[in-house]
Amino acid sequence: MTAGKTGRIIVLHLAVIAALFAAQYFLPAYHHGNVARILVLASFAVGYNLLLGYTGLLSLGHAMFFAAGMYGAGLPLYYFDIGVIPAFGLGLLASLALAFCFGLLALRTSGVAFLIVTLMFAQAFFLATLYFNEITLGDQGFVLSEQARTLNLGGVGFSFADPTVKYNAALLLFACCMLGCLALVRSPIGRVWMAIRENEPRTRMLGYDSYRYKLLALVLSGVMSGAAGAGYALLFAYVGSTFASIQYSIFALLWALLGGVGTVLGPLVGAGLMFYLVDIAGDFTSSYLLVVGVVLVVLILWYPKGLLGSLRERWLPWLP
Amino acid sequence: MAAVTLLETRAVAKHFGGLAAVDAVDFRLNEGEIRAIIGPNGAGKTTLVSLISGRLAPSSGSITFEGEDITRLKSYQRVGRGIVYTFQVTSIYRNLSCYENVALAAQRSLARGLVGSLFGSERAVAERVEAAIHRVNLTDRLDLPAGELAYGHQRLLEVAMGLALDPKLLILDEPTQGLSQGETVFFCALIRELAKSATILLIEHNMSVVLELAERITVMDRGAIIAEGAPDEIERNSAVQRAYLGTGDAEA
Repeated sequence: MTAGKTGRIIVLHLAVIAALFAAQYFLPAYHHGNVARILVLASFAVGYNLLLGYTGLLSLGHAMFFAAGMYGAGLPLYYFDIGVIPAFGLGLLASLALAFCFGLLALRTSGVAFLIVTLMFAQAFFLATLYFNEITLGDQGFVLSEQARTLNLGGVGFSFADPTVKYNAALLLFACCMLGCLALVRSPIGRVWMAIRENEPRTRMLGYDSYRYKLLALVLSGVMSGAAGAGYALLFAYVGSTFASIQYSIFALLWALLGGVGTVLGPLVGAGLMFYLVDIAGDFTSSYLLVVGVVLVVLILWYPKGLLGSLRERWLPWLP
Repeated sequence: MAAVTLLETRAVAKHFGGLAAVDAVDFRLNEGEIRAIIGPNGAGKTTLVSLISGRLAPSSGSITFEGEDITRLKSYQRVGRGIVYTFQVTSIYRNLSCYENVALAAQRSLARGLVGSLFGSERAVAERVEAAIHRVNLTDRLDLPAGELAYGHQRLLEVAMGLALDPKLLILDEPTQGLSQGETVFFCALIRELAKSATILLIEHNMSVVLELAERITVMDRGAIIAEGAPDEIERNSAVQRAYLGTGDAEA
């Protein structure tokens, strides 16, 4: 409530962005590339968390929004070479349209039924990317050329194949998503979302049309996920139907759970931790997913609210 | 002093399967009054106020509020018209602070719609929250999670949420249930105070509270209104005695 608290929150989040910016000058090349990837995946998780963490809607279909952004940007770029910015815009538009239409239907359900509907729609989307493999090239996917991924700004070309450009573009995407999420959840709309999460019937009796608020949350969450998908296509050059599979929906859920659902920075922590967990475990064993599973079970047992969620509960009650 | 009708139901009914929980009820409420609805368990009191607040849709009949037909309006739209319902079972956001609980109500009454809420002033919200919290005497617990309040204070918080919505009609469903003697006395004084700015519709089992507060009493039994009148008329009414005591006939 107080000005001091707001100031502290803004300083913390800007400091995280500043630290990530500074990190590019210290990180070895290998980790440099990893962090860029983590930042894009974390943007996806931030979008996912907007729906799960703040509005209380559990979705197992967010891979379709990520993939809608990815194909929305990737296909026009691959076939027509329309330029980076129009491609990114089309990616956003594709995920927005999908999230809106999907939300109109799916939000008629709630709870477990909603979960199942998200899963079914996402599965249909995934199968569609395989079915139309003459266009999408299915699970083999396609690679975007470096020339197509070059952004021209006033005659100067920025190639996303360049590690520095890639890192800073990823950071810009993440900063937009993270600060957008922070602004939203601290706005009057965020207050209503959390009220819906806590007690939806009561919120309706306070005069709120919860359906519209949930639809807005779903659309914004879908667009953020789509932005991450479009960013992924542009920065890492590959588009394939794997990204529309259930695995990526589950990843988004796990990143949010691990870092802390309903925390603004949790998705970054979760995505980063998971990424390196898989990376390090992969050095020792081919069954690295088993290691990941064990670590997740341990975390959920001792820190059921995720790392930042537990931190907030014990020491930092002001953490948004 | 000509009474202005605030709310009127015409032949309103609610059936659950074969059971008529509320059966063709004509009910009228004047602006500015304190009305109590009493009746045995299962008489249809909560169902009737649920129809008025829009938590339930009527099977038939119509409801008008300030002269306009609101039968088809959803509950959240009726809140916008000024019909506010406080729950029988305490229904607050246990994990949110008292401030946030009341702010949700204040924000709703200050802003218009989803877009409007984005541009609402937090300061105006804060002022309204503080005013509402002050009226129920919970100012020192503003930052406490609502779930940590004592039961009586949770009921008061619920009323503060109702207040912050700036109601024209405040429906209180068994507000003194589970309160101590002292809390009940405070509650009665509070309701009397609220009645200066809103019409109060009260469901209550505690007869001393009803007799102290209500200007008129409506008695329900088996989904129908069986009597209505000033407190002393109701006390003498044989149909009421029959419904409550089952002995009315012998004495009448």
